[in-house]
Amino acid sequence: MIDFAKPDIEYGLLWPLLLIFAIACLGVVVEAFLPRGRRLLAQLALSLVGCVAALVGVVMVGLDLSDHGAARGSIVAEGALAVDGPTVFVWGLLLVITVCGLLLFAERRLEGGVSAFAGQAAALPGTDAERVASSKGLDHTEVYPLMMFAVAGMMIFAAANDLLTLFVGLEVLSLPLYLLSGLARRRRLLSQEAALKYFLLGAFSSGFVIYGIALVYGYAGVMDFAGINDAIANETGSRTMLLIGMGMISVGLLFKVGAVPFQSWTPDVYQGAPTQVTAFMAAATKIAAFAAMMRLFYVAFGSERWTWEPMLWVIAVLSMVIGAVMAVAQSDIKRMLAYSSITHTGFLITGLVGIHSADGLADGQITATQSVLFYLVTYGFMTVGAFAVVTLVRDAGGEATHLSRWTGLGKESPVVAGVFALFLLGFAGIPLTAGFAGKWAVFASAMSAGAWPVVVIAVLTSAMAAFFYIRVIVLMYFYEPVGDGPSVTLPSFLTATAIGIGALATVVLGVVPGPLLDLAAHAGEFIR
Amino acid sequence: MNDFPWLSLIILLPLVGGLVTATLPATGSALPKQVALGTATLTFVLSLVVAFNYETGSGFQFGELHEWIPAFGTHYAVAVDGIGLTLVLLTTLLVPVVVLASWNDADAADGTSRASGFFGWMLALEGLALVVFMAQDVFLFYVAFEATLIPAYFLVGHYGHVDRAQRAKAAVKFLLYMLAGGLVMLASVVGLYAVSAQAGHPTYLIGELAGLDLDKETGRWLFLGFFIAFAIKAPLFPVHTWLPDTTAAATPGTSVLLICVLDKIGTYGMLRFCLGLFPEASKWATPVVVVLALISIIYGALIAIGQDNMLRLIGLTSLSHFGFIVLGIFVMNSQGMTGATFYMFNHGLATAVLFLVAGYLIRRRGSVLISDHGGVEKVAPVLAGLFLVGGLGTLGLPGLSPFVSEFLVLVGGFAHHWVTGAFAVTGIVLAAIYVLWMYQKLMTGPTVPEVVGMKDLNAREIGAIVPLVVAMLLFGFYPKPMLDIINPAVEGTMSVVGVSDDDPVVTPVDAEHSQEGQQ
Repeated sequence: MIDFAKPDIEYGLLWPLLLIFAIACLGVVVEAFLPRGRRLLAQLALSLVGCVAALVGVVMVGLDLSDHGAARGSIVAEGALAVDGPTVFVWGLLLVITVCGLLLFAERRLEGGVSAFAGQAAALPGTDAERVASSKGLDHTEVYPLMMFAVAGMMIFAAANDLLTLFVGLEVLSLPLYLLSGLARRRRLLSQEAALKYFLLGAFSSGFVIYGIALVYGYAGVMDFAGINDAIANETGSRTMLLIGMGMISVGLLFKVGAVPFQSWTPDVYQGAPTQVTAFMAAATKIAAFAAMMRLFYVAFGSERWTWEPMLWVIAVLSMVIGAVMAVAQSDIKRMLAYSSITHTGFLITGLVGIHSADGLADGQITATQSVLFYLVTYGFMTVGAFAVVTLVRDAGGEATHLSRWTGLGKESPVVAGVFALFLLGFAGIPLTAGFAGKWAVFASAMSAGAWPVVVIAVLTSAMAAFFYIRVIVLMYFYEPVGDGPSVTLPSFLTATAIGIGALATVVLGVVPGPLLDLAAHAGEFIR
Repeated sequence: MNDFPWLSLIILLPLVGGLVTATLPATGSALPKQVALGTATLTFVLSLVVAFNYETGSGFQFGELHEWIPAFGTHYAVAVDGIGLTLVLLTTLLVPVVVLASWNDADAADGTSRASGFFGWMLALEGLALVVFMAQDVFLFYVAFEATLIPAYFLVGHYGHVDRAQRAKAAVKFLLYMLAGGLVMLASVVGLYAVSAQAGHPTYLIGELAGLDLDKETGRWLFLGFFIAFAIKAPLFPVHTWLPDTTAAATPGTSVLLICVLDKIGTYGMLRFCLGLFPEASKWATPVVVVLALISIIYGALIAIGQDNMLRLIGLTSLSHFGFIVLGIFVMNSQGMTGATFYMFNHGLATAVLFLVAGYLIRRRGSVLISDHGGVEKVAPVLAGLFLVGGLGTLGLPGLSPFVSEFLVLVGGFAHHWVTGAFAVTGIVLAAIYVLWMYQKLMTGPTVPEVVGMKDLNAREIGAIVPLVVAMLLFGFYPKPMLDIINPAVEGTMSVVGVSDDDPVVTPVDAEHSQEGQQ
């Protein structure tokens, strides 16, 4: 008979995470029991209130973290999760991005009274069932609980302190996203193709992760990150197994962040998914996955730095260069932003290879964790904002994503074009935008670890990347609209708020990034 | 006096004025133009106040220091020394002149006007350029350096007399060149952070960075990052190709701001940052830079001679002149550096006159081609006269201020090596050819039918040029006030680099005598 001991759960630290899970489950209940007509409001209210409450919770947890020298916080839930400074920072950021995402999801003015999601996803495209669904004005309100599940998964992913929890988080966040990608109201085949592609490749990469976990477990004999680190430091077992396992887990994580050579899904999924989903997914997945990646590499494989560092150098360079080169050739705005996100993954990895512990740095010098966290904030807000603007530019067939349709937008709609130009300048890293401060931070981090070749390539790619961002600005401002140019549909306050938050963050973090950088520094190191 | 944030006020005034100008309706109202002119003039007056209260020979003054982003070690730090003040004066003088000269440039024939945007961007450009010349923090300098591109980009791409596609192309070419240079520099800026952090604590203050003990290798790499950016900006052969395309597409007013103000950031940066922060590397690079400068002088002048497009021609003369400036900086003696700094100022005056008067002419005739003109001096004598003054300034006629600076640079060149000086002198001969030929083809000879009946300049147009001509004459005959401001600052830079005039071919005293002889 095995003794069953009641696990010790620190509810006081974990309640924001549990709350999001509860909201997601409640959402399912609402779907089951509330009549169709009332679901939307209930779901939206539930999710929004849940997120804001969880955000308050995250702030309270953050103020209350215990101090352990360089790291703050504690390992909770029997070693499965770590609630430390970076966790809290990422949780807060994820929740803010989620609120923006929710606002976009709820937008109904753009499609003339319905949401951007399919009326009835089960109806085959082009059939009577689809026509009936759309003429009735049906709506999938399941997107809200799906999103909440994804957010909960991301929060676990970012806080995972052992390999199994890491895997659980990965799957919980991925599955709802696969579904959401296939729910577009317009261009449904494209959307479903994207979802299938995402699912198949995602499942494949999950296979890599679980295999890698098995190998690393075989090497170390433990699942928790600190234990793995000890095993590596003591050189138990066969190194071959460790290296293969480490490589395989990296494949899964690099797939999630869309790093070359695991980037091939990104353009298709970003293009096919409903733009609202793309906005949320592009920002939030990257944030969660980078948090998980940093914890894995710094804590579990910290003693193995000299093996993974060259690998990440190469991947950073490949991501930046291939992302930028491919983006130049794109003619669809969503695909272009997708390739640009690959470039930004490269920049983030550039920051990740910096020195993460303050011991190796001068007093007040920027650490790798600090720089990546800051970059994630700037990138997250700019991405949400930019994709939100894409939802506004429309013609009779829905969103007009072909670049030629954006010609002369500056004349048609100066405000929308101006805001989009701001985001593009931010992506390009022009000073006084958030993108510049972020870029500076990751470059400084990499430079202090001696990764100057990566930094030099990074600045050269930035110049190349600037070309395709600027090209869009040129199109919008310096050319006359052709024929019946695209029209900008006036959004409700929901989308407008999301765009406003993004634009505000881009400007404020560009001019006074100091406080947020201090906050990221205050988050400290990852706890072991 | 010194406690008041004069410099911040000078920076803020055009920025705020630009914002106000941009929001005013332009069609059917002269208000945005008046606001822009008023702001620019007030800024000039304020900079004169600073200039008159500047105590020559006591280093950086009017300093302000506030922490900006502690995590990056950056500060809002502004101050001026003689070099900075010279360029501040040039900038604040040129902007009102350009505003007045470009009064109607943004108005379309159908009565609509885009003047608010045009002058708004101009003032924004002025404010940011002033930050660049006053910044005492590398990060602040870099941010402003890059930020100037945004207004410049829109000025080139949005307003001009050539067709839209050509403008857009020129604007993009300009921007990509600048961004490429700027981003290369970013690598060095970030590198400085890493180096300063290793040495103790991360900082970007120039004063603290200058005290760093860089090892040879690092210093040279960092120097390269800065130098490439400044060489593109200045521009120096072989990264100058954006220059003629940009001047051909932009309005003459925009070109004045780009060539006479913005490009000075390149040469100013070389003097302040390359020499100030990386003295060892600067000396190491001197032979290459001097050769590049000589090629720029001669090559720029040679291709200028062959141009038929006035605006391209004037743009290319600047390539030659920037060669002189860079030469003066890198010959590493006081005559050369003083001459280069004064040259930056004078080149601004003379080239501005040429650009603006050429702009008047093009607006009247409707063509930028020299071959479409002829005999203008008979129908528009004032226009032709002012053009000639600008041209004579450009070719370095004694009595006009560019002569003084060109002479000093040549003295510096000969002090460096007689071959250097010999090659540089050919630039003057070639300058005489392109200026006088252009004048001859445009203004003299039989009046071509299209030019007959051309109106001469009106009071506004003359009024815009007169201050420049007065300044050229004033400093041509009596350059002492400017040289007094510049000299101590140059000596400071030279002591940082660790060079001195211990083996002069011509002593400064002789140089002054020979100037007096000329006068």
